[in-house]
Amino acid sequence: MVPLNWYIWLSGVLFCVGMFGFITRRNLIIMLLSVEIMFNAVNISLVAFSHYMEDLTGQILVFMIIAVAAAEAAIGLALVIALFRNKETITVDEFNEMRG
Amino acid sequence: MLSKVFFLYFASVIVLTSSLAITRRNAMHGVLYMLLMFFHLAGLYLFLNAEFLAAVQIIIYAGAIMVLFLFVVMLLNLREDVQKSRFIRPWIIGFIISSGVMVIAIKAARSVEVVGTGRWGIKEIQSATHIGAIGQELYTHYLYPFELASLVLLVAIVGAIVLAKKRLK
Repeated sequence: MVPLNWYIWLSGVLFCVGMFGFITRRNLIIMLLSVEIMFNAVNISLVAFSHYMEDLTGQILVFMIIAVAAAEAAIGLALVIALFRNKETITVDEFNEMRG
Repeated sequence: MLSKVFFLYFASVIVLTSSLAITRRNAMHGVLYMLLMFFHLAGLYLFLNAEFLAAVQIIIYAGAIMVLFLFVVMLLNLREDVQKSRFIRPWIIGFIISSGVMVIAIKAARSVEVVGTGRWGIKEIQSATHIGAIGQELYTHYLYPFELASLVLLVAIVGAIVLAKKRLK
């Protein structure tokens, strides 16, 4: 039997991989991919807790997270297409109209 | 023993493919590595007796979301971006922040203690089947969030069409 802690460690490591990608990459599509990695890291820990606590609430939450992730991917990629249509690039350094 | 070996295999492949996915220069390679990662994640869900979620992971994540990413990568046809540097210049700051969070998460996970006291043990799930158990929970206790999820998806469909349309009449 695999201990619960191993799943939590895997989840933490995966979350930080996604976080690193989101902070440091320039490509907008890869940033969205990193968000998906973070979603999946959270899903691992929720499913693991649900299994070890013998409660299905965690799996219902994962179901909801997958629905929200699908919505997020659709909206995010539509935004990427709209940005590419205006600027001909998806490098985040180029989007500086608001002087942020 | 065997289950630990399988877990270590799945975990190492997941971490390896996700780190490859965020460091590749070509976005297409990143998306394909993510696809591999999702399949291994589904294997991990099978370990945790979540067959329905493993199927959903493959059908929705690998089948729908990643194909959407692939479509967009192919649609945008990015050639000049390959020349530029992949990471922002102070990438080491991002590395320090994320590894700090990782250390905190790993330290915090040491104190996790759970006991199986819920009403869906492995025996109950086996007698109701996993899909039956999930459906029973979803349509009784969590009916309202389930309806809200359909609303979220509807808003996403309308929003994606409005955003990606060339011009609205």
